[in-house]
Amino acid sequence: MESAIKKELQISAQKARISIIEGVHAAKAGHPGGSLSCVDILTYLYFKEMNIDPENPQMENRDRFVLSKGHAAPALYGVLVERGFFEKAHIKTLRQIGSILQGHPDMKKIPGVDMSTGSLGQGISAAVGMALSSKHFGSGFNVYTVLGDGEIEEGQVWEAAMFAGNKCLSNLTAFVDYNNLQIDGSVEEVNSPAPIDKKFEAFGWYTITIDGHDFDQIEAALAEAKTVNKPVCIIAKTVKGKGVSYMENAVNWHGAAPNDELAAKALEELNAKLKELEA
Amino acid sequence: MSEVKTVATRVGFGAALTELGAERDDFIVMDADLAAATQTGVFKKAFPERFYNCGIAEQNMVSIAAGIAATGKRVVCSSFAMFAAGRAFEQIRNSVGYPHLNVIIGATHAGISVGEDGATHQCNEDIALMRTIPGMTIINPADAVEAKLAVKAAMNHDGPVYMRFGRLAVPVVFDEDYKFEIGKGVELCEGNDVTIIATGLMVKEALEAHDLLKAEGINARIINMATIKPLDSEIVLKAAKETGAIVTAEEHSIIGGLGSAVCEALSEKYPVPVVKLGVNDEFGHSGPAVKLLDEFGLRAVNIVEKAKKAISLKK
Repeated sequence: MESAIKKELQISAQKARISIIEGVHAAKAGHPGGSLSCVDILTYLYFKEMNIDPENPQMENRDRFVLSKGHAAPALYGVLVERGFFEKAHIKTLRQIGSILQGHPDMKKIPGVDMSTGSLGQGISAAVGMALSSKHFGSGFNVYTVLGDGEIEEGQVWEAAMFAGNKCLSNLTAFVDYNNLQIDGSVEEVNSPAPIDKKFEAFGWYTITIDGHDFDQIEAALAEAKTVNKPVCIIAKTVKGKGVSYMENAVNWHGAAPNDELAAKALEELNAKLKELEA
Repeated sequence: MSEVKTVATRVGFGAALTELGAERDDFIVMDADLAAATQTGVFKKAFPERFYNCGIAEQNMVSIAAGIAATGKRVVCSSFAMFAAGRAFEQIRNSVGYPHLNVIIGATHAGISVGEDGATHQCNEDIALMRTIPGMTIINPADAVEAKLAVKAAMNHDGPVYMRFGRLAVPVVFDEDYKFEIGKGVELCEGNDVTIIATGLMVKEALEAHDLLKAEGINARIINMATIKPLDSEIVLKAAKETGAIVTAEEHSIIGGLGSAVCEALSEKYPVPVVKLGVNDEFGHSGPAVKLLDEFGLRAVNIVEKAKKAISLKK
């Protein structure tokens, strides 16, 4: 990837990280940790990968994205703002009465959201349905989804994986945001889904393991995915809370909002990094 | 007495899908390994490339259907009522109901008349469950003719539709020129002493009850309430005002079904005695369907008894 393009992606992702903190802080609730871990993947998808049009969010044969780990909504909202789907002013209304920005993604309220999600395990099935629709009706669009590593403990994920594998849905790419932490502790401690690659492979998927914060690796994996006649699972090793020092690898930031002081500290760090990138 | 033609409502479901398949190609049909039983197999035979079997995974099937609908296409997914409304309740609520997607849930083998399979398969709770989902339309046809018309109406409806069909072959009540409209109750017999509001296979029983009551000098109004949600509160209110007593009859738990819906419609606007006939708060058990309908009191004679009770409760 050209360094100028990579820098632009990094800047967009950094701005989305700022939105995550601003939104969750204003809401006094939400899920910053798992939002910060998957925001680089979302940024790449919305800026480089998907055939979408912010001016026409309902464009008929657009590529679809489903945030199966719907609690990472602040990451999606931050990226949609940067991509121009709606105004930044909405971010600080997150989770408030009257806001379009519901606690979890809502396809009926938010421009650019293709599927309402929030209940874990259902988003990947919806993504499978979209991929099936695209193939069946010859619409030609691709479908992307992001799952949590804790989320794949849900049995429905494996029902969906089995179906997608059997139906050879090669237009479907699922990322697993493998940050290794879920609300009650580390995924190993709670109920380890490892080995994730072997499981998806056993269900008929092609898997690629990458660093989920490295845009070169995300780009290469998505390019490789296009050469395979199977659904593809990209296991993205990530850091929960990535980009905010005190949130990194800290399980207590799964579903908690920073207070004024800690929010200011997070924004100071994020803005300093942004300045550095923009320099 | 001439032989009464009996056809299961699920047969009407399968026939309607197949006819629709010949008319339009903008929908997909899915099943969860019960295609032969639910009758989606009839559609599959006619249009194999437009049918997808999800295997024994109802939760996945419902959310897949939601995904298909989210791309602007129509979809019908089918299983037994127990596994559609029961097992996949939360998928129906969150993936289909909340985004108000155009998914038809074809739930067959509903109620006690599943028969021999026993309590695990006798779903007497599905209407109650589905009624709690905002924006859900619930249709429980009385016979195969109405089932067919209802499926066709549902295919043009905006929003999710839960359709309830039975396993048991039941008498055909309606002619081919019967008109069906979602959300409209239909008065089948005039009468001003009491109103019997029935749904599903209880409609035929209500018509028999009408004749039994007539022989005793009681004129019962009979209403077929195929759409349970949104309830035709207008026809209910009119019946309450004009007859002063109501009996509801359904092959479903007396908790949360048609009877509850009628009580809710009347309690704030025009309370009159409502006597509910349905499956009491208990599980079923194995046995031939017709014997279970006798045993669980889902017959014309039971409606007659309830009608007399309703009349006696009038002020």
